Amino acid sequence: MIAWTIYLTLAGAVVALMSPGVIARWTALLTTAGRRSSSACWRSLMSLIPGIFQTITRREWVPLLGMQYHLAADGISLTLCLVTGLTAVCAVLFSWDVDRRTNEFFFWLLLVVAGSFGVFLSADLFLFFVFYEVVIVPKYFLIAIWGSTNKEYGAMKLTLYSFLGGALVMIGIIAIYVTAGKESVATSLSLHELARFPIATDVQAWVFPILFLGFAILGGVWPLHTWAPTGHVAAPTAGSMLLAGIVMKLGAYGALRIAMNLLPDGFQLWRDWIVVAAVIGIIYAAAVALRQRDLKFVIGYSSVSHMGFVLLGLAAGTALGAGGAVLQMFSHGVIGALLFAIAGMIYRRAHTRDLDAALGHGAESRPAVCAFSFVVASAASMGIPGFSGFAAEITILIGTWKNYPQAVWITGIGMVLVAAFTLRALKTAFFGDKVPAAVESPALAPITTPEKLGAGLLMFSTLAIGIYPQFLLDRIMPAVEAMNFLKP
Amino acid sequence: VSYLEFLKLAAPEAVVVFTALVVLAIGLGSKHAQVICPVLAAFGLIAASVMVTTLPNEASLFGGMLVVSPLTSLLKIICLLLALFTVTLTRAGTFARDYAEYLALLLLATVGLMLLVGSEELLMIFIGLELTGLSLYLMTAFDKRDARSAEAGLKYFLFGSTTSAFTLFGLSFVYGATGSTALAGIGEKLASGAVSPLLAAGMVMTLIGLAFKVAAAPFHLWAPDAYQVAPVPSAAFIASGSKVAAFVVLGKVMLVGFGPAHGSAEWQSLAAGWSPILAALAALSIVVGNLVALAQTNVRRLLAYSAVAHAGYTLLGIIAGPHGFAATLFYTTVYALTLLGAFGVVAWVRSSTGGDDFSHFVGLSSRSPVLAACMAVFILSLAGLPPLAGFFGKFYLFSAALAAGERHGLLWLVVLALLGSLISLYYYLLVLKAIFVDDAPGGASPIVPAPLQRSTLTLLAAAIVIGGILPTNFVAQIIAAVR
Repeated sequence: MIAWTIYLTLAGAVVALMSPGVIARWTALLTTAGRRSSSACWRSLMSLIPGIFQTITRREWVPLLGMQYHLAADGISLTLCLVTGLTAVCAVLFSWDVDRRTNEFFFWLLLVVAGSFGVFLSADLFLFFVFYEVVIVPKYFLIAIWGSTNKEYGAMKLTLYSFLGGALVMIGIIAIYVTAGKESVATSLSLHELARFPIATDVQAWVFPILFLGFAILGGVWPLHTWAPTGHVAAPTAGSMLLAGIVMKLGAYGALRIAMNLLPDGFQLWRDWIVVAAVIGIIYAAAVALRQRDLKFVIGYSSVSHMGFVLLGLAAGTALGAGGAVLQMFSHGVIGALLFAIAGMIYRRAHTRDLDAALGHGAESRPAVCAFSFVVASAASMGIPGFSGFAAEITILIGTWKNYPQAVWITGIGMVLVAAFTLRALKTAFFGDKVPAAVESPALAPITTPEKLGAGLLMFSTLAIGIYPQFLLDRIMPAVEAMNFLKP
Repeated sequence: VSYLEFLKLAAPEAVVVFTALVVLAIGLGSKHAQVICPVLAAFGLIAASVMVTTLPNEASLFGGMLVVSPLTSLLKIICLLLALFTVTLTRAGTFARDYAEYLALLLLATVGLMLLVGSEELLMIFIGLELTGLSLYLMTAFDKRDARSAEAGLKYFLFGSTTSAFTLFGLSFVYGATGSTALAGIGEKLASGAVSPLLAAGMVMTLIGLAFKVAAAPFHLWAPDAYQVAPVPSAAFIASGSKVAAFVVLGKVMLVGFGPAHGSAEWQSLAAGWSPILAALAALSIVVGNLVALAQTNVRRLLAYSAVAHAGYTLLGIIAGPHGFAATLFYTTVYALTLLGAFGVVAWVRSSTGGDDFSHFVGLSSRSPVLAACMAVFILSLAGLPPLAGFFGKFYLFSAALAAGERHGLLWLVVLALLGSLISLYYYLLVLKAIFVDDAPGGASPIVPAPLQRSTLTLLAAAIVIGGILPTNFVAQIIAAVR
């Protein structure tokens, strides 16, 4: 049932490519918002059997090499499918005005979405990796063709970083594959079977850091995070939304599902280092965000900072920490997409994102919807109680407290910094003093219906999960507890 | 062995030779040679492939001079298929009145390839090498209107003949030390005794000739010129058919003939033998090929340097031993189809825009969506991205390499190869950027490929996609054949 998300999105991509612009646009909207995509994630979540990585389809693929076409889902993958679906719908809504090479645009966009659904639902190591790498190239074209500031540089940097991560992941995956294949009778790449297969500790000790680093590059780990801000800034609005909402989650999800789940001993050996990198990432990215003038750079660095929380939660080594990390993936997906959507709304009208120069015209010249959503998004991003960000981060910090109390103390400073840069952006963009008439503020076009719909959907999501996080946590926690890395 | 039986087993080769002679004769006499000859050549190639399928399952003549097995049959069909695609990509206009001669040379080169893959005896292998080589030298220099084509041909010839001399000299050493020219006999002899210095020298010298054929660094210097200025079909055939056969021969000679002198290229336990030499060649090819490709602005020259790098990757399978040989065969076949397609696109762009630099590809996506899409498939498959066959090939190859040995000893080569493919992604993306991102120059007219070439290219692209999504059958055939 939920497997249709992949097939339908792929089919939608092909249809979009073949059809003229208007039809491509509607095709994209229907395939992402249709009964069998986003809402399917929702229904699957409701009817989930907790704790079990439940098989959806399982077919032989290349039996001689042990590859299977095997899809499965549990609370973690469905949560991430849900945020993928949400972000995809909103990304399409926010690209309603793309009028250059429209059909190609939606083709690449849907390809990213389809690949991401595939990653979250794969239960075979090789299949997982195929989907993981499928996402790389569409990003390049989305950014290089439809992007803005420094787009070719940003696109190339992002693609090469992703591919570097992919190469490290490939080494790790092959190492697991051949090690397990050599010692068990049947070579298998099934995650179910590999999770039960004990890999020697000395192999885990060198495979884990390679594999984890490979995934973490895509998750925006310090010091290999620099692709994220440049990539986000260069990308078109929908591209940034996909990057922040989905693509960075691919890395974090892989780190949890593959690296930590299959190599628990390696994880125990290396988790201190992950905590260090995560804490530095949180503080460093927040501090850098404080000094940015381009609104998208501010949001880009805040993404890195938020993803640092995900890594911290994963590395905490407790069920609560990892569960909080998954919740944070959802939460940041929604909030990050919302922030970039608003930045896109502003840029489309004011043709600048520079906080100091042209944005400070004062609130009265900004469309009310725009200002309202930005306030909501900022509040969510800062971790104000009542929004999903607060629920996720507090869960992570509680989960981390047991093993790494110092990290929690230091991270507290990071949260202050996040609040500082967010408030600064908010103030200069919307509540600054009105610039004297020397600079005539342009008459801004009103906010369109697709934009209102998209922003509304994202705001509703972050608020709903913020008020009742238990809905997702009830489904995430059993799945986390079933994983290997918690067992001593 | 009766001659009738011999003729039966050699029937596919005989058909191709016969076709070559007929094509040559028609080219001399008929006015319609430009129409008849390619049809005839294609027909001959198809007929030969059909004959290959009727060969018996196992047979060996004259001490391994002509071997028939599932593996050789599979590879002969692949070679014939590559030649067939090359014929369909060739267009009469390029060669004016010498078209028939060109096709005859192509057919003779194909015979050479078939001898190479179908023989397990050193003399026959050498004859195959020479037949292929001489035909290809001529095909490289065939563009008589372009002095650079002659230069490339001469360069290819001088390098080729020197390395051939090395190989022949080496083969004589090997024969002198082991008393046999059959690969199986050499293998037995090696297994029973230590490797004498004479034999070691012979092995290394044999290796040089084969490394030249697969264009591994530092024996790759002919490749950039040959790829860049030879007539496009010649370059395509050198990059595809000749490469496949060369890898097959290299694998056979090393694994069957010199198998016992394998040595070890694992970093924890380096041991003398041919595999550390191949490992050094592979590492050098990966580094040199990828780094030099970065600086290229001509698509064909870029493909040549990337071919050097790919030769490096492909060697990994042979270094990994018999188990990795299947991966090598898969990879090199996929690679050959991919490059054939890429050269097909280059040929059209060249004939419509007058060149094959990056600048001639600018805006191809709006000038010809079909060509652009095909080129994207080929290039991304070369870069090793899913869901294309190149990705599966790379995964298969690297996992075979890492599985060899006790403690992941070939990890260093795999890491190097992956770093190499990271570099390669950059220059492949530059090609795609010219095609898809940059806007076509003002007044650029659409490029419309002829139906035959367009369907051939689409077919090749489809094969690459399907080979990546459903590689099962082909992999199963190769694995069964290698056993």
